[in-house]
Amino acid sequence: MSERIGVFVCHCGTNISSVVDVEQVAKDAGGWDNVTVAMDYKYMCSDPGQELIQSKIKEHNLTRVVVAACSPRMHGPTFKKTLERVGVNGYLMEMANIREQCAWTSDPGELATEKATALTRAAVKRVNFHQPIKESEVSVNKATLVVGAGIAGIQTALQIASAGYPVYLVEKEAYIGGHMAQFDKTFPTMDCSACVLTPKMVDVNQDPNIDLFTNSQVVGVEGYVGNFKVKVRTEPRYVNLKTCTGCGDCVSACVMKDRIPSEFDEGLGKRSAIYIPFPQAVPLKAVVDKESCLFLAKGKCKQTCIEACQVNAINFQEEEKFTELEVGSIVLATGYKLFDPSIGPQWGYGLYDNVITGIQFERLANASGPTGGKLVLKDGSQPQRVAIMHCIGSRDENYYAHCSRVCCMSSVKFAHQIKEKTGAEVYEFYIDMRCFGKQYEEFYNRVQEEGVQFIRGKGSEVVEVDGQLTVRAEDTLLGVFREIPVDMVILNNALIPQEDSDQVASLFGLCSGEDGFFLEAHIKLAPVNTAVDGVFLAGCCQSPKDIPDTVAQASAAAAQALSAIALGKVKLSPVRAAVEASRCSGCMSCVNICPYGAVGFDKEQKVSVINQALCKGCGTCGAACPTGAITTSHFTREQIMAQIEGVCAQ
Amino acid sequence: MSKKKDFEPLIVGFLCNWCSYTGADLAGTARIKYPTSIKIVRVMCTGMVDPSYVVKAFKEGADGVLISGCHPGECHYVEGNVKTMRREPLLANLLEQLGIERERFKLMWASASEGEKFAKAVQEMTDILKPMGPLNLGGGKKIG
Repeated sequence: MSERIGVFVCHCGTNISSVVDVEQVAKDAGGWDNVTVAMDYKYMCSDPGQELIQSKIKEHNLTRVVVAACSPRMHGPTFKKTLERVGVNGYLMEMANIREQCAWTSDPGELATEKATALTRAAVKRVNFHQPIKESEVSVNKATLVVGAGIAGIQTALQIASAGYPVYLVEKEAYIGGHMAQFDKTFPTMDCSACVLTPKMVDVNQDPNIDLFTNSQVVGVEGYVGNFKVKVRTEPRYVNLKTCTGCGDCVSACVMKDRIPSEFDEGLGKRSAIYIPFPQAVPLKAVVDKESCLFLAKGKCKQTCIEACQVNAINFQEEEKFTELEVGSIVLATGYKLFDPSIGPQWGYGLYDNVITGIQFERLANASGPTGGKLVLKDGSQPQRVAIMHCIGSRDENYYAHCSRVCCMSSVKFAHQIKEKTGAEVYEFYIDMRCFGKQYEEFYNRVQEEGVQFIRGKGSEVVEVDGQLTVRAEDTLLGVFREIPVDMVILNNALIPQEDSDQVASLFGLCSGEDGFFLEAHIKLAPVNTAVDGVFLAGCCQSPKDIPDTVAQASAAAAQALSAIALGKVKLSPVRAAVEASRCSGCMSCVNICPYGAVGFDKEQKVSVINQALCKGCGTCGAACPTGAITTSHFTREQIMAQIEGVCAQ
Repeated sequence: MSKKKDFEPLIVGFLCNWCSYTGADLAGTARIKYPTSIKIVRVMCTGMVDPSYVVKAFKEGADGVLISGCHPGECHYVEGNVKTMRREPLLANLLEQLGIERERFKLMWASASEGEKFAKAVQEMTDILKPMGPLNLGGGKKIG
């Protein structure tokens, strides 16, 4: 029995029809084998467009459907559902990608129309061989893994935990809070960062549904959506998390007291080898830095910390620990790294004393920072003139092309704080002011009125002229070159991907974008999803974001995990390989080639057998099979051969 | 002469769903123009491209075949692309024995963010194939 195929060609407004003669494509399609009906329509994905397809299915009793429109990555699921709503299996539909892969990449004319016709013909030939497929469902483990405990990870974890489900929150540092814990104030409201964040950090620690792993990293991921198995490695803290009271006696007793540059204070303050980075740290427990601890690094120390500890919480014998976790979803909230401005000598960072980064300014301004919140120069005096330079490392083809998004606003915030604390002259060197968020433009206007001088032009150089720190820049509004003597320079450096983001991406099976941040499944339609079902993104690991956007995205990621938990089951991709036993010669080529160990061998029957639960549907075994005994569903040999015939036919 | 000038090669592209097909979509979203010569067949992984698919494309009249997948180490299926990488020299050899020039068959890697790289590769391959003219096997008759 031959199929009855309906072909529906979309104009996509004028997106496709301005380049491709869609009416001609539909007209040609009407003449092809097994095509019962072929038509074009302005917007196939719209309600009337989908209703048109449904009415034609009913009217002509169609058994197969081809939609020539956008990429199947865009509306494949939409049209699959269109069929399902009128009782036709969604896999009996094929899309021809004539927008992203034809209209948008071609000049208008005959060649574009020919290409669209070829792609549509290929889809028609292919769909003849489609089979109805029932998607299998698997149950979802109710626990979620959240990787990274900055504001993004914290928000996601709290959101999921508040719904009553378990969360494993894994943080590589000894404390949670991420960059936000270091900030002084947050724009545009000038809320104190700690006042917003620390209550959430405490909640994380107290929530019975959240299991916090500090000093820990994910080292192994197996399984699939709903049923991941994760291995976590925890580095020794050398301090018992249960018994340590966070009193700080060990910190003051340490022989290295005030001798190690504090990472939390960005090198502006000093700490001990055993330390608690800031008073509100969560967990409020000491940690030993094994690099700077004399006993751990060199084996000789009086161990004054052990003497000082009244609860015997310090244990230098502690070893690394591995934990296996089972979770249904994974949310990555691994954050960002800051661009190192010492890479570019033109900015003078590391060369001149009073050239600092934005995050160093945060620590200077912070009341619990190294200067107790006093804005001072290295010599302790107050600055009279301060330069703030935007886009250090970002929007710069020599370093990173992307915009870091938050620096314009944090620069405006710095200017406001400097005015407030010192009354100094402030010069901001910017390329463009990007004050896009809610109340941002208003905040910018307010700071302009405070007398801050905004100079449109990227500061090109920081130099010392006769011992005077000086910023050189082109003022592109006045069209003049300017040299402005200052006491302090704040380099607002770019947010860039974490150092190990490539390894993290490959560990979880993700892709990275051109900018190095993790790639979302679809920038608009699935911004927190990834190419791996059940793995979601939150915060700056996807791209630079301010705190409001990060919190919103973190909640979105939590909602994704929760919807799978609420449903209790997820559908698996039905693309799976299977062996036709009668054609299998038992050569075992497929057994070794499978990256998942999904192909086994039945020694009695002497044929290969594929474990459907382990198979991911890559089809590599099928390509290796010399007898054609292996078929990958929805990507069968017949389907692909027909598609090849379709694109090649003239 | 004029006929040869008008010759538009036909390239069949086998692109993996996760990297290169997504990258080709990105080329579209970014409105990067490239020749219409390429007609893309989506596969889940380049590892699923049976060598016979490539032979079939040439048999059906393709002037070139391009396989594009994730970069080695970035395969959605761990290492399907590595399997393809190993098959490629063998297949290229076989094709040459059939009289199909080496330039007509290409394997490349393009990630989901490399739309421009993909578009450039199509342009380059088209530029190479154009002066070569149509694939001519067995005195103009189709093989197989």
